[in-house]
Amino acid sequence: MTSAPPEIPDVTWLHPSRRLWSARQLQLALATLVIVLPVTLALLATSHDTAAVAAAAALLALAVAFYAALHGRYLAWGYAERADDLLIRRGVLVRRLSIVPYGRMQFVDVTAGPVDRLFHLATVQLHTAAAATDARIPGLAVEEAHRLRDRLAALGETQAAGL
Amino acid sequence: MTDAPAPTAALPSHWSRLHALSPLLRSARAVAALGTVLGSRQLAPGQHQSAWVDLVVLAVATTAGIISWLVTRWRIAGSELQIETGFVRRQSVRVPLRRLQAVDVVRPLLARMLGLAEVRLVVAGQGTSHARLAYLTEARAAQVRASLLALAHGLHADTPEPAARALIAVPPRRVVVANLLTPGPLLVILAILATVTVLVTDPTVGAALFGSTAAIGLALALAAARQIGAEWDFTVAEAPDGLRLTSGLLQTRAETIPYGRAQAVRWVEPLLWRPLGWVRLEIDVARRHDRDRTENESATNTRALLPVGHRDDAMALLAKVLPNATINPPAGTRAPRRTRLRAPLLQHNLKAWYDANYIACMSGRVRRSIVVVPLEKVQSLRWTQGPVSRRLHLASVHADTAGRRFPATARYRDAGEAAAWIVALPDIARAARKAQRTRTG
Repeated sequence: MTSAPPEIPDVTWLHPSRRLWSARQLQLALATLVIVLPVTLALLATSHDTAAVAAAAALLALAVAFYAALHGRYLAWGYAERADDLLIRRGVLVRRLSIVPYGRMQFVDVTAGPVDRLFHLATVQLHTAAAATDARIPGLAVEEAHRLRDRLAALGETQAAGL
Repeated sequence: MTDAPAPTAALPSHWSRLHALSPLLRSARAVAALGTVLGSRQLAPGQHQSAWVDLVVLAVATTAGIISWLVTRWRIAGSELQIETGFVRRQSVRVPLRRLQAVDVVRPLLARMLGLAEVRLVVAGQGTSHARLAYLTEARAAQVRASLLALAHGLHADTPEPAARALIAVPPRRVVVANLLTPGPLLVILAILATVTVLVTDPTVGAALFGSTAAIGLALALAAARQIGAEWDFTVAEAPDGLRLTSGLLQTRAETIPYGRAQAVRWVEPLLWRPLGWVRLEIDVARRHDRDRTENESATNTRALLPVGHRDDAMALLAKVLPNATINPPAGTRAPRRTRLRAPLLQHNLKAWYDANYIACMSGRVRRSIVVVPLEKVQSLRWTQGPVSRRLHLASVHADTAGRRFPATARYRDAGEAAAWIVALPDIARAARKAQRTRTG
């Protein structure tokens, strides 16, 4: 697993379900099927000069690069439950780490889109009174998402702090 | 606080209506606009509209206003302010007074002429945009405000508003000068000079330029005038429960910012003010995160704790709101020199530091600003690093608060330092929260 700095001492990172990668691959495959392939075929069908071939090749290369980037981002997701706060890290190009104290949590959201449901996944999102708080964990197995939600709600209640 | 309704002179424990002239005021703007449209329609040449259609439209608008007034009722029940309103779509608003952040008394020009005022409640979290009483008589509004604040502090509602001690009064002249020394008006003057020069040398091009200059100039002048009007006669007074701010030329506004509710304070020193030793102090309190009209109105002129004042006055005010906060950066708090590659102009003023209670971040070359956030108010901490920053071994640390206007962002620190901060800050913030809880009990 790639580990995004900064190193936080005494933290064991948990990661989204492996099925998240399958879900992402499916999403990318669908996008390829709908956009990249038709455009490439249309380019090659209409003309055979080198420019068209180059454009088609570039498009395919872009799709492959996207695939690699998506894999990197999938690997970068991580979260950790400490005694008093939740840590979430993500991102490859722009790396981010969020630390949200349980006591600051206003509510927890669990959502699942159609592709997520297909793979039995869910996204957990924490909301605090600050709009800038960015605490989202995608691609958790549904059981894990529910466990996390219940645990966060319980911890939030015992540690609640006023504004 | 007891749940029994508190019987008082100012706050009704039974349902009561707003002032009888309220519908007139609330629909005044709409009626005036409608009147203009309909009037011009009547006077337009070649149009022979019968007048009764227009009269019906006017009558409907007026009746709607009156009905809205008839169905709007409010009362205090236990520790809640309850407002019922709406004829077609009934709406019921409950404001828990414990969550009250501030109470504003706003008096628009027309209301002032009639001796009326509007009371606005500023609530945090799941508050409501409709927590306002428009309109009450001025004396009543003052009483209501005092009682609401007393209840919010868990006192008896009849507790008279504690006497306030005047701290600072900003002379209107200074507000005018300060506002003219901002980029907007200066730009207008430059544009006018340029246009005049072009007009002299080449009249055709000049004439073309003139129109756009005039339009932009007018817009900027109006904005400046509005700002000046809002900050006219600005006074700050100190009361046991918070700071009382009053201001306004045409529309006056009185608000109380309770102590301990500041999410962040920003200290702003625009370039042109620095020789005069003037600063502006702004405050961020917790508000809800959606858009509504009244919020936007107040957002046009940022909530200033001191629109313009001397450093010493500003320091004294800062000490009242955030005791022991410092705006003088300690040595060695500047972002590393290599930050120039990422932010060439900014690096000089990019400083950030924290102590046991506050995190402070300085930024801005022309408009230097320092955001001070009490660590006990921090909602979440974030660490970010973009691709360029990673090459340069830099990273940023953000402290998010429930305020909306200015989060504390320590940009482009040395990556090692930023990592140390993000490891240390959660514990310091937790200690600050705990200290605050034991203080308030």
